[in-house]
Parts: sequence; C-alpha cells; structure tokens
Amino acid sequence: MNGHLVKDPYNIVITGVGGQGNVMASRVLSNMLVRKGFKVTIGETFGMSQRGGSVMSHIRVSPTAVWSPQIPKGTADLIVALEPIEAIRVLADYGNPTVKILVNLRAIYPVGVITGEDEYPSTTVIRETVMALAAQARFLDATDEAIRLGNPILGNIVMIGAVAGMKVLPIDRELFEAVIRDGMPAARVEANLRAFAIGEANVA
Amino acid sequence: MSLDREQKEGAELLLMGNEAIARGALEAGVRVAAGYPGTPSSEIIETLSRFSEAGKLYVEWSTNEKVAMEVAAAASFAGLRSLCVMKQNGVNVASDFLLHLTGSGTRGGMVLVTCDDPGALSSVNEGESRHFARLMEIPLLEPSDFREAKEMTRWAFTLSEAIRNVVMVRSVTRMSHASGNVVLGALPEIAGKAAFCCDGPVSDPDCGPVISTPVVAKHRLQQEKLRGATTLFEESPFNAYEGPEDPELLIITSSVCTLYSREALSLLRAEGRTGILKLGTTWPVPPALLKKRLASAKKVLIVEEVLPFLEDQVKILAAEQAHEIGIKEFYGKNDGTLPMVGELNPDLVAAAVGRILGIDPPSVPAEYREKLTALTALVPKREQTFCPGCPHRASFWGIREALQRDHRGGFVCGDIGCYAMASLFPAAGFHTAKTLHSMGSGTGIASGFGKLGPFGMEQPVLAVCGDSTFYHAAIPALINAVHHRADITFIALDNSGTAMTGFQSHPGLEVNAMGEAAPMVDIAALCRAIGAPVVVGDPFALTETRETLNRLLEEPGVKVLILKQSCALSPGKKGKKTFLVRVDETLCRGDACGCNRLCTRIFRCPGLLWNRDRKKAEIDEVICAGCGFCAGICPAGAIRNEEAAKS
Repeated sequence: MNGHLVKDPYNIVITGVGGQGNVMASRVLSNMLVRKGFKVTIGETFGMSQRGGSVMSHIRVSPTAVWSPQIPKGTADLIVALEPIEAIRVLADYGNPTVKILVNLRAIYPVGVITGEDEYPSTTVIRETVMALAAQARFLDATDEAIRLGNPILGNIVMIGAVAGMKVLPIDRELFEAVIRDGMPAARVEANLRAFAIGEANVA
Repeated sequence: MSLDREQKEGAELLLMGNEAIARGALEAGVRVAAGYPGTPSSEIIETLSRFSEAGKLYVEWSTNEKVAMEVAAAASFAGLRSLCVMKQNGVNVASDFLLHLTGSGTRGGMVLVTCDDPGALSSVNEGESRHFARLMEIPLLEPSDFREAKEMTRWAFTLSEAIRNVVMVRSVTRMSHASGNVVLGALPEIAGKAAFCCDGPVSDPDCGPVISTPVVAKHRLQQEKLRGATTLFEESPFNAYEGPEDPELLIITSSVCTLYSREALSLLRAEGRTGILKLGTTWPVPPALLKKRLASAKKVLIVEEVLPFLEDQVKILAAEQAHEIGIKEFYGKNDGTLPMVGELNPDLVAAAVGRILGIDPPSVPAEYREKLTALTALVPKREQTFCPGCPHRASFWGIREALQRDHRGGFVCGDIGCYAMASLFPAAGFHTAKTLHSMGSGTGIASGFGKLGPFGMEQPVLAVCGDSTFYHAAIPALINAVHHRADITFIALDNSGTAMTGFQSHPGLEVNAMGEAAPMVDIAALCRAIGAPVVVGDPFALTETRETLNRLLEEPGVKVLILKQSCALSPGKKGKKTFLVRVDETLCRGDACGCNRLCTRIFRCPGLLWNRDRKKAEIDEVICAGCGFCAGICPAGAIRNEEAAKS
C-alpha cells in the first residue's frame, strides 16, 4: 500500500450496535484517509443509534470524486463489524465474492434474543458463514482486549488498528496518532494508541 | 475533528453536512442563530454555539421553532445577518410566523435552514419542507454535496439581502449527517451595530414598521422579489449540466439525489447516453435553463425524494413550452418509476434508469446471491429499545404496574422524544402508550380524552411529555386541560436535557446553548401556577411511583407527576454505575419461579440476559448501566444491588 487504492471508490462499511463507538471509528478512519489526500464521503444513520439499534457507516474513498453517502448493494470492499451478527446483516446486503471482513466476536444480544423470541447464531456458525462468503475474513475479540485495557469502548479503536494491520488501506500508526492527537484530550491518547497497537498486532 | 476557531482558510477538512452549513453561515458573518433541536438538524446550532462570542455571534436553543424564527427575524430587522434552523416538522410549527414574515420582508440577510428526513430515519413523519417555499413564495436552495452545503448557505445570506426576504436552504438526513471534504473559506471581520429603524412610513422598507400590510401591495412586492431571485437562478453556478449535449435520457435532480444519479449512471455505464441537470435552486426552477435542457432530450426522468415537487414544476414548464421544445416522455413519481414514499439510494435510481434505457444493473453472481439471501434467516432483528439505565423504562414500568392495579383500561397518550419508543415499539413501553403525533400533542389529545367522561368513557387518561417537549408545546395544552377541568394525569418525564437529540439545553436547565449561566424555569412551579396539583418523584423509586399514580388516577381534574431522573447517557452519568448489579443464582428460580422470566421477557433491559444453559437470569456487565432498578422488579429478590465504588 503506497498510498494507492485497489479500487475507485473503495467502499468500507463499519457496522455495530448503538453505543459501540461506530461513528467515532468511521470518523477516525476517514480523517486518516483525508490526511492522505483522498476525497472521503461518510454516510451515517445515527438518529436513533444510541438506543440499541444497528448502526452502519458507509465510507467511500476516492482519489478524485465525491461519491454517494450510500454504497450500492453488493459493492462493499471491506466490512468492519464491531458486533458479529451485524457483520452478517451487512454481508447480506453489501457482500460480494471479493469482500474482506473484520469481525469483533463479542456479541450484543438483541432484545428479541434476550426474551427468547429469536435465536442468536453460535460463534462457530458465524465464523463459518463469514468465511464461506468473504475473500478474506479475520476475527478478533476486540471488546475483551479493550476491557483488559480498562474500557470496553476502546474496542472500536482495536478494530481500527486491525484494519491497519490488514494492510488493505494506506494507513498506519503514525497517521492514527496524528489524527487522534488533533481531536482528543491528551489524557486519552495513550490508551487509544495501545488499543490501536493491539488491534494491529492481532491481525498482522 | 470538529470545526474550531484555530482552523485556517484553505484547510481541507472532513466536515459533516451540518458542520458545512454552519461554516457557510460563519463565512457569511452570521450574528444571530436560533433553532430547536431535531434530528437531523441539531449539529448546525451546536457547531455555531462553539463560535459564539458576546456582540459578535449570539446562539440560542429557543423553546420551539416558531420562537427561534422570531428571534432570528428580530436580528434581521435590526440589520444583522441571522439564521434559524429546524427539522422538517419544525417548519410546520414556525409556519404561521413565516407566512407573515415573508409578507413583511426582512432587512439583514435571513436564512431558514430545514433538514428533512426522507424515509423517516429518525422521525415519525417524512414531511416535506420544500413545499413551504412554494406556499410562502420564498426562494429554495438545496445543496448536493458538502462543499456546496457551505457555499450555498453563505450565498443564501447575499440572496436574502438582494431580495429582502427569507431564503430557505433545505438539507436531508443523508446530507446533514453525511460527511465529506470541505475547503474552508475566510471568516469575515464582524462589524456593525444592531439598530431597529422604525420611525418611517409603512412603505419604507428600511425604516418603516415591519408588517405584512397593506396585504395586497406587500404580497405583490413579495412576488416581485421572488421573480428577482428566479432571474438570478438562471445564471447560478449551483445549477449545472453534465453529460452529452443531446442525451437519450435527461435526469433532472437536486440534493443528495444528484450523487445517487451519478452513481446510478456509473453502475450502468450509461454516462454517455444520459445527462444530469442538477438543480441547486429548486424553487422557483429557472425556466430558461430548464427549457434549454428539456429541448435537448425526448425522455426525462425526475429524481427526487418523497413527493413530486420538482416533477410538478418541470411538467408545468414543459407544457408551457411544448410548442417550442416538443412533447416529452416523463418518468418519475406519478408514473411509478420511482417510489413516492421513503428515501432513495443509488440502487433504486439505477433500477429506474436501467428500466428506461433497457440496461440490467450489475449484480453479484447468482449462486453467491442465493447464499446472501439465505443469510437473512440467520440474523435476529435488532429492535430499538430504551438504553440500559434509562429512566423512561422505569417510568413506563411504574405506569404499567399502576394501570394493572387500576383495572379500568387506562392508557398513555405518547409524545415526541426518546419516550416515543413506548408508542413505536409497544413492548418497550410495556404496551401502555397508545397515541403518538406531534410535539406536545399527547397532552392536547389527553385534554380531549379527559372530557369524554360524560360520553361514557371510563378509562383513565394519562399523558407523558419530556422536559424539552414540555416547554416546546405542552404548556398551552396543559393550560387548556386545567381551564376545562379535563380529567387527566400528566406525567413529565424529566431527564434534564433534550436527550434524544444530544443533550441540548432547554429552559429547565441553568445553562444556555452558549454555556452561560441561565435562569431555570421550573416545571413544577409552572404547573402549580397554572393551577394543577404537582407531585415530584423519582422513576427509580418504583413503589412510590406506582402508589402515587394509583392515587392520582382516582382524582378528578388535571394532576401532574414529575418523574425526575437524568438520562443514562447524560455527560454527568454516562459510564458511572450507581450499583454493581448481580443475579444471586441461589435465589433465581429460573423457569420454576412462575414469574415467566419477568426480568428478561417483559422488562427487556439489554443489560439483563437469560442464560439458556443454566436457565437463570444474569447481568451483562459491559451493557448494564448500574441503575439498580431491576432489583425491585424481581419477585424472588434474586437481583442484588451493591453500592458501586465512586470513581
């Protein structure tokens, strides 16, 4: 990755559940790409996102053009799922034989599963399903890693570190540091850098 | 990274559409900005509030949209540039004033920004504010990308001063809440004193009183102003054509639909056969520009969201000019090429263009597609619900218990806020909330129900209303209920902020939008002054809430219960657990209890799980907010609260 994209536009979906830091993850990743000189469009739905619903950010990356804030169906290049069934939900709409997927295995059960109305698929089923449909799939326990760092919310940054580790985008730790130093209180930077490093090491 | 004062002219930043709009207003030298929070518009006033400075920029969260528009208008009358911001249905609230304001005209540039929500991604309507521009006879601008959102907002002030009337800028969720690259322009030096010149005759637009009479003369003047805007629109850089000079198909579009249209042509590889006329000035549509483009194509597709607003205008112009440009074949909403409800996306537009041109949109291989289709059976739905630790869940649980004990089929009239989920997802409100309309309407509807006793209605009537909604629109309804002796129990769900849209300040707080200390207007004192008896309680105190409610439900007239507990996501509370909550497995009897899994199946807090292997309830410590309320609902007393260490 020498600052080039394999496709124009390169389409990323970051998905999760309200409260997991989905929007922040998409902002951080996109700001890194803007610093690299790309035109980035993020499409987000977060009006009700803190109320337990599924959240999705669509990120379009292009050297030249502004693209629609909604990715056409079946054209995601990279799916970053902060929650396992959200990976499958997004795959169903935006998957294609060349898609790459990164999945945090920590489940957040929907209310219907808690009440016993719905079934939550097992981790084995989730892994097998994702691997059967993606060109490349990586799984990690980002939330557990973040809890070890002292705050489960850092799971989103562990995942961004893992995106860097996958080497599908021209981003690295230095760029990450520059972006977060610009937009975050200094006291929180160190924990974020550690979270990023753990994610990066996890998939490298 | 958000906008701040340090960023320099020429810097290229990733900005949200709403931030770009705010930046445009700043680059125009806006002096007063007022709005009422509402998704997807709230970030505009939030951004501007960070730039507020005494004597240079005043920013407020007004009590409602009509007041916001009046506050902004006053600044304009005093010669300052002003902005008012609201979501689509906010324009309905402000429309009575807007009708008269557009008749009286303005002085300093005044811009109304409305953010619509096609598809109702975070609304309970997909109302269209575009039609207000036509109804009120004022110009309408619609940005199609982030750069334009900034440029257009800035220019809207210039246009407003040129025609001396309000200019409307309309965004949509996919623009306001999307982000993209924007290059910052210069911030002007702020100068100019506020003064309301009003000693002249009515006919003097600079120094007369500002009124909409004499109506016919002022109305005529208003229409002349609008014609002036139309003339400017003919040459506006916000209108642009891209594509071949004589396209097989002409797409006419605006707003974010421009990006969908471009993407559709890219997907179909139809750029060589199709042209896009992208309009930034969508009311009135500039007739000469439209005529020129219509003359070049036989088939015309109008791409817009929800109602056929552009389509109607284009068809009228095409009919007027048919003798010169020939008869056209129209595709759009009226013939069903595009849906008249819900939002659009690149796929819907590609399918529409594909049908007209006879091109199949690309898709993944059939065998792979089958596998994708099979996935849907695997994925459980993710219903929205109250957050862990949300006081609303506790309030509705208390209401549920009171109504169950009351036995008369009582019900709740719902209102707008997070607690609307009690009406939207019946299980989230434990099937208590039964109506949901506009801001404050729960109280007005309850006031009506509360007069139906003599008609034989025996059900107790309750209304709920959040703190911000109370100030916005519930007060007149509550006064009405008191004056007419309606039998209602009014419950204010006071969570100390406009929680749904991100904790904007309101008159019940001791701080304003700019972070300054502000006098608090007390809900309880107001209700008492109106003449209603008031009880203040804590929704987390279940027994007390239930007993209070059961008592109030028996009493005639208007009774007020204020359930006060701050939102679990409020900055002061988020991430801080009051209790460490645990399930004592020796006490949880599981399926043998007879409670029928009350905690997980009925109470439905995401922090409470049912362990299928052990057949017992358990707490998800990552999700649980530690409010401790569920300890009070377990009939076996198996849910235990331990004081959490203060961090």
